[in-house]
Amino acid sequence: MHLIVVGLSHKTAPVEIRERVAVPESRLGEALTRLCSYPGVKEGILLSTCNRVEVYSVVDDIETGYGRIQEFLADTHLSLSSEQLTPHLYWHTGDRAIGHLFRVAASLDSMIIGESQILGQLKSSFEVALAHKTTGVIMNKVVKKAISVAKRVRTETKISEMAVSVSYAAVELAKKIFSNLHEKTVLLVGAGEMAKLAARHLIAHGVRHVRITTRTPQHAVDLAAKFGGTAVPFDQFKDDMASADIVLVSTGAAHYLVGAEDVHRAVEERMNRPMFLIDISVPRNIDPAVRHVDNAFLFDIDDLKHRVEQNRAERVQEAEKAERMVLEEVTTMLDWMKSLEVTPTIVALKSRVDDMKRTEVDKVLARLPHLSPQDRELVEGLASSIVNKLIHRTMVTLKAEVNSSSGPAFVEAARRFFSLDRESPSVQPIEAYTESPRYHTETSAESSADDPAPETSIHQRAR
Amino acid sequence: MAAVCFMITLVLYIVATVSFLSYSLRRSEALSQVSLGLTAVGFASHTFVLGARMFAASSSASPSFSDALSFFAWMIILVLLIVELRHRIHVLGSFMVPLALVSLVSAAALPDTEPTLQPVFKTLWFHVTLSMLGAVGFTVAFVAGVMYLIQDRFLKSKQFNVLYSKLPALDFLDHLNQQSIVVGFPLLTLGIVTGAISAQFARGSYVSWNPEQIWALVTWLFYFIVLLGRLTIGWRAKRAAYLTVIGFACVILTLVGVVLKGHSALS
Repeated sequence: MHLIVVGLSHKTAPVEIRERVAVPESRLGEALTRLCSYPGVKEGILLSTCNRVEVYSVVDDIETGYGRIQEFLADTHLSLSSEQLTPHLYWHTGDRAIGHLFRVAASLDSMIIGESQILGQLKSSFEVALAHKTTGVIMNKVVKKAISVAKRVRTETKISEMAVSVSYAAVELAKKIFSNLHEKTVLLVGAGEMAKLAARHLIAHGVRHVRITTRTPQHAVDLAAKFGGTAVPFDQFKDDMASADIVLVSTGAAHYLVGAEDVHRAVEERMNRPMFLIDISVPRNIDPAVRHVDNAFLFDIDDLKHRVEQNRAERVQEAEKAERMVLEEVTTMLDWMKSLEVTPTIVALKSRVDDMKRTEVDKVLARLPHLSPQDRELVEGLASSIVNKLIHRTMVTLKAEVNSSSGPAFVEAARRFFSLDRESPSVQPIEAYTESPRYHTETSAESSADDPAPETSIHQRAR
Repeated sequence: MAAVCFMITLVLYIVATVSFLSYSLRRSEALSQVSLGLTAVGFASHTFVLGARMFAASSSASPSFSDALSFFAWMIILVLLIVELRHRIHVLGSFMVPLALVSLVSAAALPDTEPTLQPVFKTLWFHVTLSMLGAVGFTVAFVAGVMYLIQDRFLKSKQFNVLYSKLPALDFLDHLNQQSIVVGFPLLTLGIVTGAISAQFARGSYVSWNPEQIWALVTWLFYFIVLLGRLTIGWRAKRAAYLTVIGFACVILTLVGVVLKGHSALS
């Protein structure tokens, strides 16, 4: 049983390749069923987003498993030959595959670090796989863990807290001026794309009153209907400004539409309640002199971009914290996977029952000092034979199911029934495990901590 | 026992101050819980100290200025804990705990001087308690004002540093500022009235125009105007913040006046 991931992402493949490899959701189920019909492929999940296409799978043998998945990818996309596809693929196994999935789920591998969509995409891929029964004990556990790791990263680091888009930065700033956006009014002057996006974000964060003005009155009316707001005639919007807490300006005008005097008047009319002005237009539409008006806070496109860059840098810092969490979680995951191996389980089972037998026999013999050596042997023999008969079927089943897809389930069951994990907490976590050649690619677990993108393309591997 | 607890309180507030200040300058959120924990334990021990003093003081004893300052510090922490519980604004502690500490240190440094007024019917207790509660209100308003001015400066200069990210929204600070004055002002009014009544009983005159009384009246008038300005002609936001900072200076001068009066009476 080996966990393997084969795929390509924005880091290894250009968009021309990614868009051709992407699997539409409608075909996901069919593709998964086909994947698991390959011999030696036990479990599988297919994650297909605009930035990555990855197959996570549990296979009998790494080399052949990799070949099968590559074959599967080429078969799924008839427009691509495997010669075109292979140079863009990377693959990981064992601890690195788990680590990769955790990093992907936690959005550490995303184009925009900390974005939250990927987790939803992983969840829905998982649901499709569940619906088509292409996952088993290992995949279920690993994916569920990946989801919980992603949640932990999101709550324990600030990775997705800070806005990394200009339109969202406007919302973030608004929240530093107004603690509660619910009762606030936003005035949209002009209808640039970014301003509309910002308005949509503001509405999503509770702003209820939207007023819209554009040079073409009909356009304003249309937009007002779309946003559930009211249209304001363009030549009156300056008088309307006092009623707006947030003013979003983005018109194509080549001159200042709003002067410092206008804002000063509006603030006075508002009895000095603060006002937040966002100028997303280039050339600017709000006179920069507005900066000097008390209780008016003007931000232009450069200010917002500057904020976004700062936030990106902060996210990268937070990502380092998250990487450490991922590493921790991979260790616990590996402990669990190690426990699923049959041989150590059989050994542990044997020593467990031997221990039990020993204690019980000693207890009884201590109370029967008068027994002759032969009798004592008889008692011991009796205990041994009961114990061996009891675990015989378990051992046989475990050995028989070693290579079946339900093997791990039997191992897990045996470990629970005989509480093997309580007795021997795995003392040697990740180091011992990565020593094993089966879960080991050429780089060790330590180096993946320093290397933010530990993806080796198969191309490099081949050399 | 009470003296030991007092020292424990003092030490805890010092550590909490250091912890809160480093919290406000560092990105990590972890320190907030530590700081709050220290403050809460300090508060518990402080409560014990005050309780013991109350219990020990016979009904005829009059409150010393040192006790009043200790009570003042206790109230500030109480308000901090209440606001913290309701709004989870940890950075407030970075501003309020140091103030409480200064007040408590002053309480420890001042000699236990008896006030010049002889207590009659416990009116002096009312006077001291009410005035101190009013002062607490104005102190919270001052803290909100300072925080407002800092955040205003950050937003205007587009400086998005750690403190910026920890400070709450401007309108929250303005609201806190207003609420504190709205609560503090009537308390101070009652404090002045009960003070005048005490003076009438003790000396036969309501006012004797000593620095304490002059500053108290100036403070009262000042906040009256601030409150009136806010409600009628929109003295809010930045202006209100500036005014409450100035007003706090009046509060401090009044307290200094009280101390000076105590000393001059002794000499």
